[in-house]
Parts: sequence; structure tokens; C-alpha cells
Amino acid sequence: MELKVSDHSGSAAAVAGGCSASGCGSSGDALAHLPEHIRAKVHNHPCYSEEAHHHYARMHVAVAPACNIQCHYCNRKYDCANESRPGVVSEVLTPDQAVKKVIAVAAHIPQMTVLGIAGPGDPLANPERTLETFRQLTEKAPDIKLCVSTNGLALPDCVDALCTHNIDHVTITINCVDPDVGAKIYPWIFWQGRRIKGRKGVAILIEQQQKGLEMLVARGVLVKVNSVLIPGVNDEHLKEVSRVVKSKGAFLHNVMPLIAEPEHGTFFGVMGQRGPTHDELQTLQDACAGDMNMMRHCRQCRADAVGMLGEDRGHEFTLEKIETMDIDYGRAMEERRQVHAAIEANREAQRKKSGETFIAMTALKTRRRETPPALIAVATKGGGVINQHFGHAAEFLIYEANDQDVRFIGHRKVDLYCSGGETCGDAETALAKTIKALSGCAAVLCSKIGYEPWGALEAAGIAPNGEHAMEPIEDAVAAVYRELAASGSLERATPTPLRMSA
Amino acid sequence: MAYQIVEGCVNCWACAPLCPSQAIYEAKPHFLIDAVLCTECAGEHPDPQCASICPIEGVILDSLGVPLNPPGSLTGIPPERLAAARAEIQAR
Repeated sequence: MELKVSDHSGSAAAVAGGCSASGCGSSGDALAHLPEHIRAKVHNHPCYSEEAHHHYARMHVAVAPACNIQCHYCNRKYDCANESRPGVVSEVLTPDQAVKKVIAVAAHIPQMTVLGIAGPGDPLANPERTLETFRQLTEKAPDIKLCVSTNGLALPDCVDALCTHNIDHVTITINCVDPDVGAKIYPWIFWQGRRIKGRKGVAILIEQQQKGLEMLVARGVLVKVNSVLIPGVNDEHLKEVSRVVKSKGAFLHNVMPLIAEPEHGTFFGVMGQRGPTHDELQTLQDACAGDMNMMRHCRQCRADAVGMLGEDRGHEFTLEKIETMDIDYGRAMEERRQVHAAIEANREAQRKKSGETFIAMTALKTRRRETPPALIAVATKGGGVINQHFGHAAEFLIYEANDQDVRFIGHRKVDLYCSGGETCGDAETALAKTIKALSGCAAVLCSKIGYEPWGALEAAGIAPNGEHAMEPIEDAVAAVYRELAASGSLERATPTPLRMSA
Repeated sequence: MAYQIVEGCVNCWACAPLCPSQAIYEAKPHFLIDAVLCTECAGEHPDPQCASICPIEGVILDSLGVPLNPPGSLTGIPPERLAAARAEIQAR
């Protein structure tokens, strides 16, 4: 049963003004202990704040093709329009082209608050191209947040330059703090004019990453650490990574599953290294969460992704198309301001509503649970509400509910079950795949659902539910959890492991 | 004495700014090395710069046509293993 608390309870979440109902990666309880200026910085950043990602969009511009290291999960030959994972892009842009694209996207997608440079190589192995893009954007689009993602090798040399361009978010990918672990992940680095292979190269990389992290923190730059979870290679070690980076001042740790398939042509893919199961990822994130704020809503975007997390509208903004767009950025900025104000009003309204429903789980750790927790899947197009048809969902958000709390724990991608027209012939297999992706979930909430998938879901032990359309996600998840608990159907739920990277 | 870039180059730009002789230039379908300017980094660097950062095996050749980074040397994937994986994917 839930405990009612009111807004004046003085709970951390209420003070933070975040989404108190959910332990959701960032904005509510999870980041409540952070200083106000940091919370203000991530408040509308979809990649850093789980709650913000329901409302705001991001984009990456692929201006940085060169890289200075090799990772076993990356294949530098890859360039595919149909794939969505880091390192993949359709076209590399010059800084001028990138700036033009950012302005076009910002004008057409006013929810876009953040521009990141993340590759397809390493942004800081291409410092001129990366910094020139930031320089122009600081001047021409001052209402857009700038951030950069790096492997860290060249970071200490770039910290000062990054700070002059007003970049206040940096992500460093740190997969290890032990060169013996790293030797199984990085075959070589390029350092001071030489290719350095094996453990020796990794030791330099680790030293540079840690130095860069310390320098950024010393300058007040927000640092998020990304780690790729590679079962049998760095899984146990990531707990140590989490402790170390937190002690040095990283504010968020994002543990992502390895993506490895033979057709990607990567070392891990070809050599048969498997990715983690949903269960393994969640268990590790939970183990690290004691030490660190964990991020769980990362979608592992392409280096040229455009739009809300989980969607990619890059095809609407090809070089050819943006060439024909005539944009008055002054006017666009005013429209953006209005859209952001409307989003904030909506967030505030949702917060007020859900803020009265639940108390944060951390405050209630000692209470005995009366019914087992359950995973509940949600189909949403954004806005923080249940508003997507089951058959149109390309991914489901997964929440864990218990009798005291609802928290966001991740997402699962699926093939579209119904895209209408010619592709409907494959509907059966796609539905079967979707059901497999939802394994372990007790229910799935969506705005609507067809008769066929309804039956198939029920047969698989997943309760379909279309009764909470347009309701805030966390309220609806809590309500459905209570119904399931009352009916006794949670006693027999047994989550089964499933591969992440398929 | 000069190196050359051949088919398979992914145009990642990594090599071009490192060349002490500015011998590498952007071209279609891939970057090329000006054989007149290339010194193979003799007297400049102990290791040829382009071949030391290039991430793709077999795309930079020496003057005898021998790859500076032979198959398997950069990715660590044994060539026979890669061939087997490709065959398996094709057979699907």
C-alpha cells in the first residue's frame, strides 16, 4: 500500500522540485542531493535527466571522424542508415555544415535543448573541427546547451579550450581503471606519434582519463561517466570504476550494455563476446547505485542522431534538405522560448499531481514489502504520459513498482509490430519478438492495443492495459501495480533473463 | 619512396593532419598520398604517422605494395575467424 505525503513534507524530492514518485535516473530523488546550480544545469537535458527526456530532444552532429584509440566494440568501417548505435553515421559534416544543421533542427524541433558532439570518432582527436563548431554555436545559437563525449585520451590537453567555449557537460567513456582489464577492451592507442599496443597503451589511456576527469571537476564542469558493460570482461570491475569516478567528482554514471553482433564486424561481435542480459545490466546498475547516481535511460544514440531520445529524425535534416531551409533564428528562438515555457508548465502540473502520491523509496527502506515488486512496461511518445499505441511503439520504458515506490529502470527496443501497409505480412514474427522483449514484465500500458496482440500478451502472462491513456506514467504504473497486487497475480511472476543487444 | 592509400580507406581524416610533409589530401572515393611529397616520415618521426593512426588494416601500402598494417594487426581478429564469420552471415 502507498503512503500519502504532501508537498510540505520536506522530503528531498519535494525540496528538489523533481519527480518525487520515481527514483528516475536523475531529476527527482537521485539528483536531489546535488547543489542547486548542478540541478539547474541538467534540468532540461534529456541525456542527463530521466524526467527531462520525456519532454526535451537532443541532437548530435558528426563533425569528428578521426579517432586516437581502438575499442573492441567499435568498427571504424561502419556507416549504415538503418542502424542506431554509437559510432554509426550517414555523413560527416564540416563545422559550417554542422552549424547550419543545428540551427535548422533547433528551428523545426523547438524541444531540442542540447547539441552534443560524440563522433563518429573521438571529438577531441579532432579538436579544430569540434571546437570550431562549438565556437560558432556559442555565438549563433546561445540558447542551446553544448556537450561533448570523449574517450579521454586527449582530454587533459583540451580542458582549457572546452572551458572557453562554455561547455558545461562532458561525458568520458571509462570502461576500466585497471590496465589488465583494459587490455581486453582496447587493442591500441595512438600517443605522441606512435601506436602503442596492449597494456602499456591502456595504462596511458587510464591515466589521461582520470587526469581529465579531475581537471574538469576542478573547473566546475559537470562530468558524466559512460561505461560499457562487457560480461566476463569488466562486469565486476565496473563497481570499482563507479567508486573511483564518484570519489573524483563525476556526478552521474551511465552503465550501458555492450552491443555486439557478428555482422557489426567488431572484435567482440566476430569473436562471439555476448552482451549482458537485461537482468545482468539491472543488477550491476543496482550494485553501483549505492555508490553513485546511476543513469538508466540512455538509448546509445548514433553520432548523428536527431530528436527525442529513442527516435531519430536525422533523415529530415540531410545536407540537401537543410540547404533549402531559410531560417530566421531570432524568431525561432522566441518560439523555442514559448515551447519550453509550455513544457515547464506541463512538467510542473505533473509534478504537483504525482508529488502527492508517493514518498521516495529511500525514506522507507526499513518497511517490509507486502507484495513482490513487478516490472511494468509503458508505451509513450513523450511528454511523460502514456500516449502510444502498442503496435506503434519502437521501444518500451520499463518501470519497477513495489508497494511503496515506482522507479524507472530502463528501456527495451522492439521491432515495430504494426507499421501498416505492405509490412503487415511480418506482423506475427514482430509481435512474437515484442513479447520476447517484454519478458519478465507483469503488464504493459499503452494508449490502445489491438485484439490480436491483446490475446498473445495475455497468453504470455503479460497483462495488456489501455485504460490509462494520457495519464502521467508513474501514476498509471502505480495504479496498475495496485490492481495486480490486489488480484494476487504478482505472486507467480518470474522474470526471465533476455539478451540486451539483439 | 612513398606510401599509398588504397581502396578500403574510410575517410576518417585521422592521418591527414599528422603528415609532416602535407602529402595527404582529401579525394574521392578516398584520401590519397602525393607520392612526390611523401617521405615516409624519414628524418621526421621514428614511425610513419599515417600508418600509426590509421584504424583500417591493409589500406596504406609501402612502395613495394605491402600493407603497413596487415590483416589482424589492428583489430586483433584473426583473419580466418573474420572470414568464417562473413561466410556464416552470407549463408543466413
